[in-house]
Amino acid sequence: MGSTNTAKVDRYKNNFLKEVEENVEEGDWVRMCMQCGVCAGSCPLGPHWDHPPQEIFMMIRAGKRDEVLASDSMWMCTSCYNCIVRCPRELPITHIMHGLANYAHRLGVAHQENPTRRFAQMFWNNVTKTGRANELKISLGLYFMDGFMNGIKKSLAMKKIGIGMFMTGRLDPFGLVQGRGCKGSGDIDKMLKKAFEIEDHRKGYNS
Amino acid sequence: MADEKKIAAYICRGCELGARLDTDQLANIAQREGKARVVQQHDFLCSEEGVQLIRNDIDNEGVTHAVVAACSRRAKTAAFSLEDVAVIRTNLREGVIWAQPDSEENREITQEMADDYVRMGCAEARFVTRPAANSEAGSSKIILVVGGGISGMTAAQEISKAGYSVILVEKQGQLGGWAGRLWKRTPGKEPFADPEDTKIAQMVQSIEEDDRISVHLNATVGRTSGAPGQFSVDISTASGSTVTENAGAIIQASGFENFDASQLPEMGFGKSPNVVDQAGLELLAKEADGKRIKRPSDGKEVESVVFVQCAGQRSDKEGELSYCSGHCCNTSIKQAMYFKDANPEIETAIIYNDLRTPGNGEDFYRNAQRKRVTFTKGEVSSVETGGSDLEVRFKDLILDEVTSLSADLVVLATGQVPNSGVDVEAELEAETAENDGNQAGSKQEESLSVSVAVESILNLDYRQGADLPHLQHGFSDSHFICFPYESRRTGIYACGPVRRPMDIAQATEDATGAALKAIQAAENAALGRAAHPRSGDLSFPSFRKEGCTQCKRCTVECPFGAINEDDAGYPLFNEGRCRRCGTCMGSCPVRVISFENYSIDTVGQQLKSVDVPDEFEEKPRILVLACENDAYPALDMAARNGNHYSAYVRVIPVRCLGSVNDIWVKDALNCGYDGIVLMGCKKGDDYQCHFVKGSEMAHYRMSKIDDTLQQLQLEAERVSTLEVEITDIRRAPQLLNDFVDQINEIGLSPFRF
Repeated sequence: MGSTNTAKVDRYKNNFLKEVEENVEEGDWVRMCMQCGVCAGSCPLGPHWDHPPQEIFMMIRAGKRDEVLASDSMWMCTSCYNCIVRCPRELPITHIMHGLANYAHRLGVAHQENPTRRFAQMFWNNVTKTGRANELKISLGLYFMDGFMNGIKKSLAMKKIGIGMFMTGRLDPFGLVQGRGCKGSGDIDKMLKKAFEIEDHRKGYNS
Repeated sequence: MADEKKIAAYICRGCELGARLDTDQLANIAQREGKARVVQQHDFLCSEEGVQLIRNDIDNEGVTHAVVAACSRRAKTAAFSLEDVAVIRTNLREGVIWAQPDSEENREITQEMADDYVRMGCAEARFVTRPAANSEAGSSKIILVVGGGISGMTAAQEISKAGYSVILVEKQGQLGGWAGRLWKRTPGKEPFADPEDTKIAQMVQSIEEDDRISVHLNATVGRTSGAPGQFSVDISTASGSTVTENAGAIIQASGFENFDASQLPEMGFGKSPNVVDQAGLELLAKEADGKRIKRPSDGKEVESVVFVQCAGQRSDKEGELSYCSGHCCNTSIKQAMYFKDANPEIETAIIYNDLRTPGNGEDFYRNAQRKRVTFTKGEVSSVETGGSDLEVRFKDLILDEVTSLSADLVVLATGQVPNSGVDVEAELEAETAENDGNQAGSKQEESLSVSVAVESILNLDYRQGADLPHLQHGFSDSHFICFPYESRRTGIYACGPVRRPMDIAQATEDATGAALKAIQAAENAALGRAAHPRSGDLSFPSFRKEGCTQCKRCTVECPFGAINEDDAGYPLFNEGRCRRCGTCMGSCPVRVISFENYSIDTVGQQLKSVDVPDEFEEKPRILVLACENDAYPALDMAARNGNHYSAYVRVIPVRCLGSVNDIWVKDALNCGYDGIVLMGCKKGDDYQCHFVKGSEMAHYRMSKIDDTLQQLQLEAERVSTLEVEITDIRRAPQLLNDFVDQINEIGLSPFRF
């Protein structure tokens, strides 16, 4: 995937704004930001971001490609939509953040350590495997994401809830070994493959 | 004189006045103490029937002075504006019953208050004469417009449309001014998206075709003398000939000059021809005529351009402009569009600190973003001119880093410097300082370094100097907080960027307003009436020559330059220029200046007529001299809103606090008043005084009253000068109540008999 990244760099030279406009979902809104900072002030996770949305937009305009794509900022978005509601210029900020995250991921340059990204990947792998989310596997995967000891600790902490869910029939312990898939999961594979094909073709990814 | 007067008092019982007050007693007082020869009571005086009652007495009894004891002078003005008699309004409604709580224990002091106001009204009536118009009024209704830019041309067109004649004087060889030098203008109509044609050519043509507008090109104003309605103006042309014209009023639309960008060496202006100011870019754009703009150094088509906002403005550096010129952000957006419209691939960046797009500029700004003009919030430190390309170094304020951009062309958004002529006050200061043997003040040097023009615009033949006084930053005079068109030279109105920085849309609007003000001034002058704010007033000051000591205080203190001196040093009143504020009357140490209906006596006798109770009654008496423009209405409105104030105050409206003469204060103290409050408008740089300097003069004079108080062995706290705004409907009564409390603490005046 690194080659895609190089191809994009070659194609857009230093014009990162144009790259974003043509490749990122809702990216052509970036130039309309007027730097008022309302998004930054409205974001409930604001203090935890390296760069608030408004700064990300400025960095895009200033051509700071590597910093933007490798930033974990857009991965911090929880889709609360506060920024979209409040933006006086009506930028779809949440969508742009997701678009940027997705683009960085597809280029293979996204922030490696960010837990949101790792969870998202985990979820994706889980759900595309059988066409249906296996909640037990996802939760355990999440608990053991940061090592075996941490996983044990977290599992024990959640023990009570787990047992409660089991007792009411909301948790199937056999899911760990077989799990229920959807009918015709092979067709899902085909659909996804086609979707990737279309997206790759449109956006010039050579995955 | 006194024999011819026949005073009648009319006491209204409407609006609960009859229920709250003993009107029979008021009638009695008017007759016995007020010497009113006719006294009538009526249940509804402002009704048709009530007014007819007064009319009948005028017609049948020969009444010359009607004291109307009813509501405030600000209410029912139409009903009580009786022709051919002097009407004195005594404020029993807002001033007494509404200002006091309706309770049994207050009944006595409320009645005392009403009694006093009736006494005061009758006393005033004895000394008032009905003013007659000045017979020497000039009647020219031609308006002179100085400056043929967008402001001047708009003013000329508007005046012509209203049916008046205009003389338009322009220094250059053609009309148009700065607007004429623009390739396009910022949008003035929906959807405010793209630069528009300036339409200057059409405007010039329509002015040239207009029979009512006579245009003088290559011409300046050599000398202006006279007053509204009768200005005499020498118009000198470059060829050396001079014509003298009469004018009723003058509009000064002398515009602005661009700030000299060569004073910004770090920006590379002058070092490289590729660094231009906004005017320079307009020139390049006109040359390109819609095609690609070429850079001046080698004629290469510009591929990248950087606009530097706030170059030499909004700066605290010496010699640079400290203010925002208001138009430059929109102008840079417009100029960036010149490039984008010719070729969208041209890189255009606007480096701004705060992007300010007044009017409908926000839509324009948004459209520039759509056109991919890059907006970067930053502070430019320098423009390097060494290489073939320019390098703009700046600090990115969002990303907090120092960085740079290279460009073929750099445009500096420098500001507007008013073309406002001579700074008459600085000149006067310098003169005074010289006379005192001191060096000229450093303040003056500072202001001179910023203004570009030292040549006078109007060459006024006034003792106060050749041009309109300057405000902060050298802009021409304007009563910018309350009445933006007004200036301290009656009949002369500044409009456009000479008054404050502005763009075409604002200048157009400003010029339209000034046109109407000028027409109004000429019309008023022709009728011998005052201009704003006592518009329509027929009274004018006169002085008793025998008593005058030629001290010149009135000539110096007149805020409007209405008083000159004759050869012997006596004041020479110029009624046309007079605004009837009475500041001269307040300044006169020998009290020889008076108006027919407003004089030392009309107020002095009022305050003397008040019945001051003896010291054992423990009822203080406070005299309030309240400015009729703001403080008095504030008290009226306070009362209407049920904000009560002490019944011990007696309020006398004055035309302006500047008209308050020391003698009133001294008389009041001698009469046994316990305290005196002067309520006037805000003074200082952001003054709200309708007469600009009146409130300031009053504060200054009252700061010297302490000596008098000491001589009388009285406490300095007994006289207080306060600033009140028209909106202070809670604060003003509170101030009075606090003052009464303070007087109670000090104790009553020892001057009671």
